Amino acid sequence: MMENIIEIKDLHFSYSSGDEKSEPKEVLKGIDLNIKKGEFVAVLGHNGSGKSTLAKHLNAILVPTSGKVIVDGIDTSDDSRLFDLRQRAGMVFQNPDNQIVSSIVEEDVAFALENLGVPYEEMRKRVDGALKAVNMYEYRLHSPSQLSGGQKQRVAIAGIIAMQPDCIILDEPTAMLDPQGRKEVMATIQRMNREQGITIVLITHYMDEAAKCGRVVVMDKGKIMLDDKPEKVFSQVEKLKAIGLDVPQVTELVWELRREGFDISPEIISEDECVEALYRIFQQEKRR
Amino acid sequence: MLRDITIGQYFPGNSVIHRLDPRFKIVITVLFIVMLFTGDSIICLSAGAVFTFMAIFFSKIKLKMFVKSVKPLVPFLLITAVLNLILVNSGEILWRWKFIKITDEGLNISIFMIIRIILLIMGTSLLTYTTSPITLTDAIERLLSPLKKLRFPVHELAMMMSIALRFIPTLIEETDKIISAQKARGAEIDSGSFKNRARNLISILVPLFVSAFRRADELATAMECRCYNGGDGRTRLRQLKSAPRDYIALAVTILFLAASIAMGILFK
Repeated sequence: MMENIIEIKDLHFSYSSGDEKSEPKEVLKGIDLNIKKGEFVAVLGHNGSGKSTLAKHLNAILVPTSGKVIVDGIDTSDDSRLFDLRQRAGMVFQNPDNQIVSSIVEEDVAFALENLGVPYEEMRKRVDGALKAVNMYEYRLHSPSQLSGGQKQRVAIAGIIAMQPDCIILDEPTAMLDPQGRKEVMATIQRMNREQGITIVLITHYMDEAAKCGRVVVMDKGKIMLDDKPEKVFSQVEKLKAIGLDVPQVTELVWELRREGFDISPEIISEDECVEALYRIFQQEKRR
Repeated sequence: MLRDITIGQYFPGNSVIHRLDPRFKIVITVLFIVMLFTGDSIICLSAGAVFTFMAIFFSKIKLKMFVKSVKPLVPFLLITAVLNLILVNSGEILWRWKFIKITDEGLNISIFMIIRIILLIMGTSLLTYTTSPITLTDAIERLLSPLKKLRFPVHELAMMMSIALRFIPTLIEETDKIISAQKARGAEIDSGSFKNRARNLISILVPLFVSAFRRADELATAMECRCYNGGDGRTRLRQLKSAPRDYIALAVTILFLAASIAMGILFK
């Protein structure tokens, strides 16, 4: 049994609106979630489901109203270990433009290390390593304004990797990118998880991205609704549709076919599997 | 349309002047300004002139670029010259028309002023032409760092400058988008009366400011997530190392400064 890197116990969170009279709005209503080291977890949910709020709890941008969040053995409400925590759990945001600090790529990647006071030789090594890991090394002296959205987002990821975190939380990192950029960023995240064993929490509303993860957590109205392997989650098409979520196209097709009475497994989520299954069905039909 | 704006007018290159330590370049520029203002005759300026053209030659940047840098200031130069011509009344009278007198001393001083200002602009342009804005910011931060002891927020100032530099292209792009969006809604921005255009400018500035504040908020969060905690205990990726050539350049500058002062005393 591998140890948990993230432990969330009965997490409640309310935004106070600043107005004394009005009730504070409860965004998270009792979340229990454990994530193991090296896992690749997608958090799915509709707008306002609380998924971004949950993400912000994982590196103490927000602290719980009640309940506990423990990341890598550190309680996020412990102020004295804030920087320690943020170094271990890095965060990548939606808009790549608003998280790049410097006008030179390599200096931006070094930003966190500069803040942590890492000595020059070590910093140089880690910056180069991080840039190579996201395939942006040849752009190290460019200005971020010369890069595409996907490239900028990879630079932002490199800036986090340079801290050598155990866990990276990505809050809809591909929402503002074109399809090419999305592909680049997804491939980078998957590689980080596979090759460096970094735990990934991917907040997304793209079903096809969630389908590539090892585990999918579906949130609705501040609660966790489903938490399972992607093929199990996506086979519950009615439940997902009821909370306003789409399912991957493949799942949708399989679901429609099953409704028509075809014999096809509901747990198919990849295109290849689907093609194979369809081929088998055609073969059977022909034989009849 | 707005994309062509370059800030700081930096021309990348690899000349000796480009490779000088930016800290030395700033100090040298300050000495150069002192050089121009110590003497009060045209002869004293010759040291400054030789120095300027020598530096321009070594920078391998075309002289045309420096002429360009002076151009916007031509009206200002002319006004200075005319004022000096008219207002200086001492010396021999060369020409007289009603109450206006032009004297030889007035002529001397106005020519002297023009040359001094032209040299000043060319010399200081050389600094921004050969040093990228971000390096310049860095050098300023390090030169001013002794002021930290007086609680002067040196690091914060430099951080603000570099973030401003970083966001200039982003905000220009955004402005472009907002202009297009407002044009599509029928706003007159390039045409119409001056009053109308000024009023329509508001429809560009308001969304631009709103978005700038949103960006600032997100950037602050992102910086905190990367453990930003002010200037204390920070290390730097960019290392500034002074080489022998920096000391040579500084020595040459001091030599010229001395020559300029000496000539001022000799030709009094």
